[in-house]
Amino acid sequence: MSKLLGSSITKKLVMALAGLFLILFLPVHLGINLLLLKEDPVPFNEAAHFMATFPPIKIFEVILLGTFLIHILWGIILQIQNWMARPSRYRVTNYSQTSFFSKFMIYTGGIVLIFLVIHFINFYLMKLGIVEGDPENFYKEAHDLFQLPGYITFYLVSFVILGFHLHHAFQSAFQTLGWNHKKYTPVIKALGVIYSIFIPLGFFIIPILIYLK
Amino acid sequence: MDLTLKVWRQKNNKAKGKFVEYKIKNISKDSSFLEMMDILNEQLIEEGVEPVAFDHDCREGICGMCSLYINGRPHGPDEAVTVCQLHMRKFNDGDTIVIEPWRAKAFPLIKDLMVDRSAFDTIIQAGGYVSVNTGGVPDANSIPIERDKAELSMDAAACIGCGACVAACKNASAMLFVSAKVSQLNLLPQGKAEAKLRVEAMVKEMDDLGFGNCTNTGACEAECPKEISLTNIARLNRNFYAAKLS
Ligand code: SF4
Ligand code: FES
Repeated sequence: MSKLLGSSITKKLVMALAGLFLILFLPVHLGINLLLLKEDPVPFNEAAHFMATFPPIKIFEVILLGTFLIHILWGIILQIQNWMARPSRYRVTNYSQTSFFSKFMIYTGGIVLIFLVIHFINFYLMKLGIVEGDPENFYKEAHDLFQLPGYITFYLVSFVILGFHLHHAFQSAFQTLGWNHKKYTPVIKALGVIYSIFIPLGFFIIPILIYLK
Repeated sequence: MDLTLKVWRQKNNKAKGKFVEYKIKNISKDSSFLEMMDILNEQLIEEGVEPVAFDHDCREGICGMCSLYINGRPHGPDEAVTVCQLHMRKFNDGDTIVIEPWRAKAFPLIKDLMVDRSAFDTIIQAGGYVSVNTGGVPDANSIPIERDKAELSMDAAACIGCGACVAACKNASAMLFVSAKVSQLNLLPQGKAEAKLRVEAMVKEMDDLGFGNCTNTGACEAECPKEISLTNIARLNRNFYAAKLS
């Protein structure tokens, strides 16, 4: 199975490229979500409608879904191999200095995945008519969800954890691509920190503002 | 200083291992960690107990044989030293010190604290060399080498193959070692001719031997006694893509 996917470095390259694609996608999603803060539901619904119906975006949707699946599957395969590479664990915890969040990528990734599944059920399946709701009025659906303190808490936690995931992921992807440079790597690392703070912040500020209104 | 040691004892690869506690007294702060281990073993022999097996050879930080995982860190608490260069002054009187072997599937345990690191030799055999055709000895300065490249190559060549990078990595990945060995040769004109073959062969061997996949945690760089840098891993990745693409 693993042989089919190529060497360790090839698998990591796939992981990094898929991850970077998702990193590019997040700000787009955030941009649309910010329209939820408007009193008027029309701009958000129009944007959602456009994303759902404009044909070229259909292709993009398939690519996006594929990218998610690849990033998840490859991540799991790599992790299983990594666990197998140390069958007998150390009895004392490792105190070596590392990029802190790198230790938990599979777990932070897993929690984000749970969020994604719920998100998918909420909106995508609604769009397909499998789950009850009005796909032409995602604005209302989202606002309704953001009245539930339980959902908001879950949303908040998910994005904080996504931030942890991104904190290591951003710079790690560049290292995997082979881009490590005395001058530019500190810049990439700084960008990664900024990105991993502000993108999740952007997402979870929305339900808080809506709830408080 | 008086110490309590918790040492991993395991008869052989098949046997079940466990920690055994030993008390040791009057250790000089100036003795090295391995001297302390020698004193422990003498004490054990006098008591009629089998001494602890551990690897060592040069005891001056150049051979890469010593390999103890001390209190959760390969080569112990000091920065940029091997265990043989670690001094007891890094510990305090009354401390409990936990000593484990390197743990990785590709480094099977031989006995107690000794593991078999011949997997590294296998990787070197796959491509960590420059094929030399016989003939006259070339003049020493006949091949010009950029100073920067020579420096980077020398830095990479400092790797002593101890395996602390594998031991420290949560994925038991050998990328730092392989990247050092690939960089050392691929950076020099003498290594260029076989650069692509080398990187592909060594990475394949590394994967086949059951080392884990690097997730850029940086634990290897933090623990490497020779301070081999992560930039070597990035170079290994670049060399690997270049080889695959051509
Ligand atoms: S890279 Fe460092 S830690 Fe790894 S084998 Fe070489 S010297 Fe030891
Ligand atoms: S015994 Fe040779 S490096 Fe430690």
